[in-house]
Amino acid sequence: MGAGSKGALPPQAVSLRELIKDAGIWALVTLGLSFPIIAFRTEQDFSNRLVLDPRPLLVVGIVLAVFAGRLLWRLARHPQRARFLPFPRLDFSTDGRWLPRAGLAALLIFPFVALTLAGPAGAIKWVDNFGVQILIYIMLAWGLNIVVGLAGLLDLGYVAFYAVGAYTYAILATYVIPATVPVLGPWAFWICLPVAGMLAALWGIILGFPVLRLRGDYLAIVTLAFGEIIRLVLINWVALTNGYAGIQTPRITFFGLPFTTRSTQTTFADVFHLPGSPTVHRSIFLYYVILGLALLVAVVSQRMRRLPVGRAWEALREDEIACRSLGVNTVNTKLTAFAMGALFGGLAGAFFGARQGFINPRSFEFLESATILAIVVLGGMGSLVGVAVAAVAVIGGIELLRELDWLKSIFGSDFDPGQYRMLIFGLAMVLMMVWRPRGLIAARHPSIVLHESKSVASDHVKEGHG
Amino acid sequence: MEYFVQQLINGLTLGSIYGLIAIGYTMVYGIIGMVNFAHGDVFMVSAFIALILFLLLMPLLGLPAIGLALLIVLILGMALTALWSWVVERIAYRPLAGSFRLAPLISAIGMSIFLSNFVQVVQGPRNKPVPPMLNEVISLPIGEGSVTLSMKQILIFVLTAVLLLAFWAVVQKTRLGRAQRACEQDRKMAALLGINVNQTVSMTFVIGGALAAVAGLMFMVYYGVVSFTDGFTPGIKAFTAAVLGGIGSLPGAVLGGLLIGLIETFWSAYFSIDYKDVAAFSILAITLIFMPSGLLGKPDVEKV
Repeated sequence: MGAGSKGALPPQAVSLRELIKDAGIWALVTLGLSFPIIAFRTEQDFSNRLVLDPRPLLVVGIVLAVFAGRLLWRLARHPQRARFLPFPRLDFSTDGRWLPRAGLAALLIFPFVALTLAGPAGAIKWVDNFGVQILIYIMLAWGLNIVVGLAGLLDLGYVAFYAVGAYTYAILATYVIPATVPVLGPWAFWICLPVAGMLAALWGIILGFPVLRLRGDYLAIVTLAFGEIIRLVLINWVALTNGYAGIQTPRITFFGLPFTTRSTQTTFADVFHLPGSPTVHRSIFLYYVILGLALLVAVVSQRMRRLPVGRAWEALREDEIACRSLGVNTVNTKLTAFAMGALFGGLAGAFFGARQGFINPRSFEFLESATILAIVVLGGMGSLVGVAVAAVAVIGGIELLRELDWLKSIFGSDFDPGQYRMLIFGLAMVLMMVWRPRGLIAARHPSIVLHESKSVASDHVKEGHG
Repeated sequence: MEYFVQQLINGLTLGSIYGLIAIGYTMVYGIIGMVNFAHGDVFMVSAFIALILFLLLMPLLGLPAIGLALLIVLILGMALTALWSWVVERIAYRPLAGSFRLAPLISAIGMSIFLSNFVQVVQGPRNKPVPPMLNEVISLPIGEGSVTLSMKQILIFVLTAVLLLAFWAVVQKTRLGRAQRACEQDRKMAALLGINVNQTVSMTFVIGGALAAVAGLMFMVYYGVVSFTDGFTPGIKAFTAAVLGGIGSLPGAVLGGLLIGLIETFWSAYFSIDYKDVAAFSILAITLIFMPSGLLGKPDVEKV
């Protein structure tokens, strides 16, 4: 930030005095940034008036930390020495396909490992909070990956399709099916799943059709606007969606057999006589359902990449003008990518509705779209394994931060680590773009090769402007 | 009739705030061709800065000197917010020059999430009610009834007009303004002719931040409450204003801001207050689809 950053000075000229001056500028800027907003915290007193709570020590601490940090950073990066702190370059592509297979095997046995290690009571947390939660995001990110990673269309309103799927399930399974054909009640999830997917895809086409001729960032903003419009309609159309109060949805069943102890019908436990409580059974079943759905997305998108339409997506991402001049119908190509992404978002939404047992518009805010997008970006846009690894890191990290209650004993009881998760997350998005804009995965295989397959280093792959 | 005029006044007040934020979007888009998604959050930070400075100054100066206090808050707030905007550009956008197309936008979204959560962490998640001020009203007779114009509305109109004139003079008359217009037309050529492009871009962010700070102060005074979530929706609406007026066009941003303010106010007044945000977002989509160059913008020519 200071005068001499970005290595503008010739290496020999850097003296200690200049380093200190540079760090001093950083410290001054930090002081300027923190002066009102960190130095004084506004609190309401008993008569609801705002009072200021000065925190000079905090500001002094932050300024000193920035000063020392900058100084050490510059010293550590002194030109005579090798570059300190190399950023990890994970390369999953060089030999074979062991990582996807090992990952798949680990995912398949995960619930049983959790059961044996943590016991039935502890396993619910691991299977449901971590396993199912992460898999939902893996599925969403793989779905968005078709739109952003393969076709190169930046969609900031992806969560709208997730919402369409969830509300389709909620409304059909809660009101429509019990009122019309109550016999099908236990099967509601399996009936609604394809309906939700198709409705979401239909919305994808309806919303996509007018906007897809817009360029990159305009498209991003319009999709953002559509996402917000759908959320606002869900909030305000109380007759249909019950507004913020939300909808209580029926729980998922095992192909008609409910997971419960109190039921007049035959339950899952009655038929299979498995050990453990119905809640554990349901968590594990949900886990395998979402695993199956996520794998469906992976298989379909891998297969689509080899079809003409998939190749057109990737060509479109690289250079739209070249594509058009070669006779690719860009509108249809974009529309299929958009509809495919929406379809999978809708399926994930229906699953979400069945898993939560309750949905309201708060689950479909812009932050969700940003989270999914961040996963795709961190995963390297286009790489399925990278996206999955990023989902585990981001969502697992967010869930782990919830667990950090012991930090309260160090920083005092006011300290809430959960508050910091989005802070870290936003910063990670910025730093990722600055340091590794191509994501964690360093290489990307071209889908089509003429003679021999060779991987191209991410640094050499550059998108065209179009 | 009175109702209509009253809504007109309210809409123009709101529109002034949007217009000031929209200038920040449109200038940055004009010069580096990116949507500065974090600008709405810089505006929110500026509202907090104004709030804290105001709370600091009031006990020192006392109630009669509220005008002086607001003036100091305005000047200090502009300087501090400009610093924020400058730092955001240096950290999140400058290193991305030459990166792939969507990188700056994604970085800006990250910055936006960071800023709103940063304010949540350091200031707490609750709404911050501001002590009421400048609530005296004057009644203007219209027909058989009358409409009211509050002191704060007058303040907002006057301040917007004065600042826009000053800003216009900077862009048209100064060396910096010329450099900005040159960079907007062709950055490479401007650099070849000896203009320090990086510095010009930085100054653009500084000016955008300073104008957002004015909007932040007005927002705090007008609504009497600020919260860490206040960056997102006004930010999108101001962006809508910039797009509606023709992105890249400075008079367009102001015109678009006033129009968005009017549309939102009239929509709330005559149709439904629940759907006022839907109205604004729909205008954004409709403008981009049918009139991508906006009201006063230049048509976008795609170069191969």
